[in-house]
Amino acid sequence: MAKVIGLTGNEAIAYAVKQCDVDVIAAYPITPQTIMVELLSEYVYNGEINAEFICVESEHSAMSACVGASLTGARVFTATASQGLALMHEMLYIASGLRCPIVMGVANRALSAPLNIHGDHSDMMGSRDCGWMQVYAENAQEAYDWIIQSFKIAEDLRVLLPISVNIDGFILSHSMERVEVLEDEDVSRFLPPRKPVITIDPAKPITVGALCLPDYYFEMKRQQVHALNESYNVIREVNKDFESFTGRRYDLLETYGMSDAEAAIISLGSTAGTAKAVARDLRSEGKKVGVIKPWVYRPFPEEDLIKAVGDAETLAVLDRACSFGAPFNALCSDVVAALYRYGKSSVKVFNCVYGLGGRDITPTDIRAIFNEALEAAKTGIVKEQLKFIGVRE
Amino acid sequence: MVRLNELPVEELFTSGHRLCAGCGAGTIMRMTLKATRGPTVVVNATGCVEVASTIYPYTSWKVSWVHVAFENAAAVASGIESAYKALRRKGLWDKHVDVIAIAGDGGTFDIGIQALSGALERGHDFLYICYDNEAYMNTGIQRSGATPHGAATTTSPAGRKVPGKPEFKKDLIGICAAHGIEYAATASPAYWNDYITKVRKGLEVEGPAVIHVFSPCPLGMRFDSSKSMEVARLAVQTRYWPVYEVEKGKYKLNIKVPQPKPLIDFLKMQGRFSHLFQPEFQHEIEALQRWVDENWSRIASLCGETA
Amino acid sequence: MSEIKLGWKSLPIGGVLLEPGSAMRYKTGDWRAFKPIIDQKRCINCLLCWIYCPDSAIIRLEKFVDVNYEYCKGCGVCANECPVKCITMVEEKR
Repeated sequence: MAKVIGLTGNEAIAYAVKQCDVDVIAAYPITPQTIMVELLSEYVYNGEINAEFICVESEHSAMSACVGASLTGARVFTATASQGLALMHEMLYIASGLRCPIVMGVANRALSAPLNIHGDHSDMMGSRDCGWMQVYAENAQEAYDWIIQSFKIAEDLRVLLPISVNIDGFILSHSMERVEVLEDEDVSRFLPPRKPVITIDPAKPITVGALCLPDYYFEMKRQQVHALNESYNVIREVNKDFESFTGRRYDLLETYGMSDAEAAIISLGSTAGTAKAVARDLRSEGKKVGVIKPWVYRPFPEEDLIKAVGDAETLAVLDRACSFGAPFNALCSDVVAALYRYGKSSVKVFNCVYGLGGRDITPTDIRAIFNEALEAAKTGIVKEQLKFIGVRE
Repeated sequence: MVRLNELPVEELFTSGHRLCAGCGAGTIMRMTLKATRGPTVVVNATGCVEVASTIYPYTSWKVSWVHVAFENAAAVASGIESAYKALRRKGLWDKHVDVIAIAGDGGTFDIGIQALSGALERGHDFLYICYDNEAYMNTGIQRSGATPHGAATTTSPAGRKVPGKPEFKKDLIGICAAHGIEYAATASPAYWNDYITKVRKGLEVEGPAVIHVFSPCPLGMRFDSSKSMEVARLAVQTRYWPVYEVEKGKYKLNIKVPQPKPLIDFLKMQGRFSHLFQPEFQHEIEALQRWVDENWSRIASLCGETA
Repeated sequence: MSEIKLGWKSLPIGGVLLEPGSAMRYKTGDWRAFKPIIDQKRCINCLLCWIYCPDSAIIRLEKFVDVNYEYCKGCGVCANECPVKCITMVEEKR
């Protein structure tokens, strides 16, 4: 039944979107996401998908058009990266505030200046408080699978929030991998058409985007907090449903070797794959190391993370973005906050910033991080709380 | 030709909005919705109308209405128009929906010009209305690209050295018409018949249409609230605001002004120009008069009229 | 004009307003400093005041018009535009 084809991350996302019966795609091309938009326009121009493709004049307009389209009840997709995501920043808050279940593919890329087109997570980390759900894929297969699941998660009436599926720029966006794709009909069975409840149907006129002053604004934001909380279970439900269709198992996060790990790496995206490979080697040498890979970064899977950490004594948290001036960088801050909240602040943590602007992180680097984490677990001393991996002094 | 007693009695833009007393935009919104022909969605950029008509939990709108942000009414309209197109093609929607984007001069001339240009170029079927009160009135009268030469605003004050805005107004309809759209027009609410006819025409056009309407603002232009329509009328009668349309590239002067009133009749009604009447700034009035004359003869000649 | 303010669990999500024209519940008549008085005997029912009123505060009747004082902000546009000058603005006394 399942077909195996070779796809890059960009192609895998576009292929998934093609199967999801989207109504409107509004997007602006930007490296390294360009191929996603090119492919989608090709599908539309060849009549392979029955959607309107709005080739907008900027990412700001891309997200604006997506919001307008989504309010009609349509199923909507867009894609971007880096400066494009930064340009649509204003609209990201509005998309979530107006409760538009837009799905967005992001080929993560560094932010200027200096100009750089390669992969890191600065773009999406800058958008982490926009009220979107965020998923990070490790490979093209995960990107494909999460796109299909994302429409179902976002459009669920308990959630109604936008979601981004992130792939590492170039590393995933441009690498060809083996991807098991579903038949179109199977995707249709898994993902029925969107069923909106309230739309801007002129027959039942509504007002969307009214001015909420101090007497109402706060309530709207509280609702968004609630919706993100609700999304934990919706994501899990959709994951289970997807597993029964495909046999591929997803969750809020993935763990490797955590049942007995003394030290672990926490990482998003493709680097988690490298970390798992290194952990496998280390474990065969008898070293008790593990990996935690949050698939879902927003809402932050704190409960699952605490469970996954188990009895591990040291965590090395890898951030592919800088939170300038902050005590820790984004992912690490969330991990530390979760540990604190669950009374596990005795777990030792250090934060490794790596891979900015597409700088490679090698298995050797990761092995060193594991060894340092094991050392800290043994001695009880963290040598360096904040490290920059692979930067020249 | 519109007859007042044949216009719908029902107000789709209701009372209870909080626009200033005498606000021309209130009149323009009422007239706009009286010209609608069926299912309509209004996209409203941030600005006076948006803020004053939808203070939660109250809305003056009886059509579906969407506000997203300041600079993107045309982009949001693109999304709505495209979505209904897609949904109709899939049999999930059965009606034609008129999409009207409404923005002030700030949301059109300045921060929204890119989104507008993009939407016009892509040819979405929608009507864009710019109600132009010639400054950022909503936030307390700051200059815009639509503010006329010499006008005092809080960011182009009547200074001792620089008497109001040194620059001249942008040619919005020229910019829009240059996209090759089927319909672009100017209007003044004082000429209600012309304006309402144009709104209907703009809706009937398949593809984008733009209407640029003068919106008298008692607060920002500084005149008595009762004088709104008088100011809007004088704008036309002094040739300050030529009322014309560009249909399929063909210019037509809709309101001829064979014997224009002196521009100073228009200027002296408004506090924003009062500083120009000091003797040392007389040349600024002359500069504005020259601009008006040149603009008029340029448009008249495009319209095939002898100025 | 005080509304019961609902909590976040009860309000529609996304700040949507479901009741078209709910602003009718917000009466702007108390903004008025001057009040338009129509001499209905002289009114020619031309409806110019009706079309120009920014507040939809002119009521169309069979032979003449009337003012809806619940919403009229007293701007005076109607009096200024009336071709037969049958509308006078008088100071509001409250």
